Amino acid sequence: MSRPVRFNVNTVPADTKNHISLADAPPGLPGEGFFATKLSDAVGLARKNSMWPLPFATSCCGIEFMATMASHYDLARFGAERLGFSPRQCDLLMVMGTIAKKMGPILKQVYLQMAEPRWVMAVGACASSGGIFDSYSVLQGIDQIIPVDVYVPGCPPRPEGILDGFMRIQDLVGEESFRRRNGEQYKELMQSYGIK
Amino acid sequence: MDNAYIKQKLQQQFGDQVTGFEEPYGMLSFESPKDMNLKLLQFLYDDPELKFTFLTDLTAVHYPNLKGRELAVVYHLHNLIDNIRIRYKVFTDIGKPDVFTATKLFSSANWMERETYDFYGINFVGHPNLKRILNVDEMNYFPMRKEYPLEDQTRIDKDDAMFGR
Repeated sequence: MSRPVRFNVNTVPADTKNHISLADAPPGLPGEGFFATKLSDAVGLARKNSMWPLPFATSCCGIEFMATMASHYDLARFGAERLGFSPRQCDLLMVMGTIAKKMGPILKQVYLQMAEPRWVMAVGACASSGGIFDSYSVLQGIDQIIPVDVYVPGCPPRPEGILDGFMRIQDLVGEESFRRRNGEQYKELMQSYGIK
Repeated sequence: MDNAYIKQKLQQQFGDQVTGFEEPYGMLSFESPKDMNLKLLQFLYDDPELKFTFLTDLTAVHYPNLKGRELAVVYHLHNLIDNIRIRYKVFTDIGKPDVFTATKLFSSANWMERETYDFYGINFVGHPNLKRILNVDEMNYFPMRKEYPLEDQTRIDKDDAMFGR
């Protein structure tokens, strides 16, 4: 007689009371059958809780990111369930690791292939400033070739640090006004990087 | 076959043009004028006893204090049958760093000479494709030469306060 396969022998009921975080509604005017708020707030709420990150991992920070993605730290809790590996689909470029000068044009091309709105996160000392590689072959921070929204310090940062950086990105995304990417300031920023 | 025998064979063939014999850690090293590097490599390759048919490594060294012979091109050769390794150097003036290419004899010298050119600026005469291999193409200096200060104090792209200096 075959042995019956049983999982969860001592079943624990799911304890979800007060343990599920829901996104709060943006400030607005509620009424019977309607809710009035700013379009940018509603869109920001949707965007920030459904980021599609593009991991650009070149070295040890990438390993920390793998831990961040995996079940223990679980980046999916923040709405970034789906990592895209095509820049055309993604809206958050996560640069993790040393970027050599020869890699610079490739990183810039990946950035240019992303559609607006797009955000960039520099994870770790190397991506932020070149780190210990104060050398002829290493780019001294990716902000020399593309604009960066959030820098995560550490060598490498712990997964908590990467999650914190991701939450700072979420804050930026949620609060971004619709006019920002058409504004003069943004155009000037892009122009300073030679992107039109 | 031992180091003394190789030394004797070389002196028999090339006389006193092969100089600087030494054996650091048991590995025979010697040098010759740079314009006879191909003749010597060919002899080491073709000789039925020596049979140095494998080029393990090819690189350069910069000696800033040796005037007129600042750059040394180093060949590491291996006799795969008797398992003997030797080291062969030619020195050149940094003002005119022309050395004949070994690509006709060893195909593997192609990329190694490109790397040596990339980092030390040795001009390998006759190389089929002498251009940078590891660094960016726009680089206009040879980074492994000992002619740069350890750190440029005028840099503004790094804030000293942030880097503990």
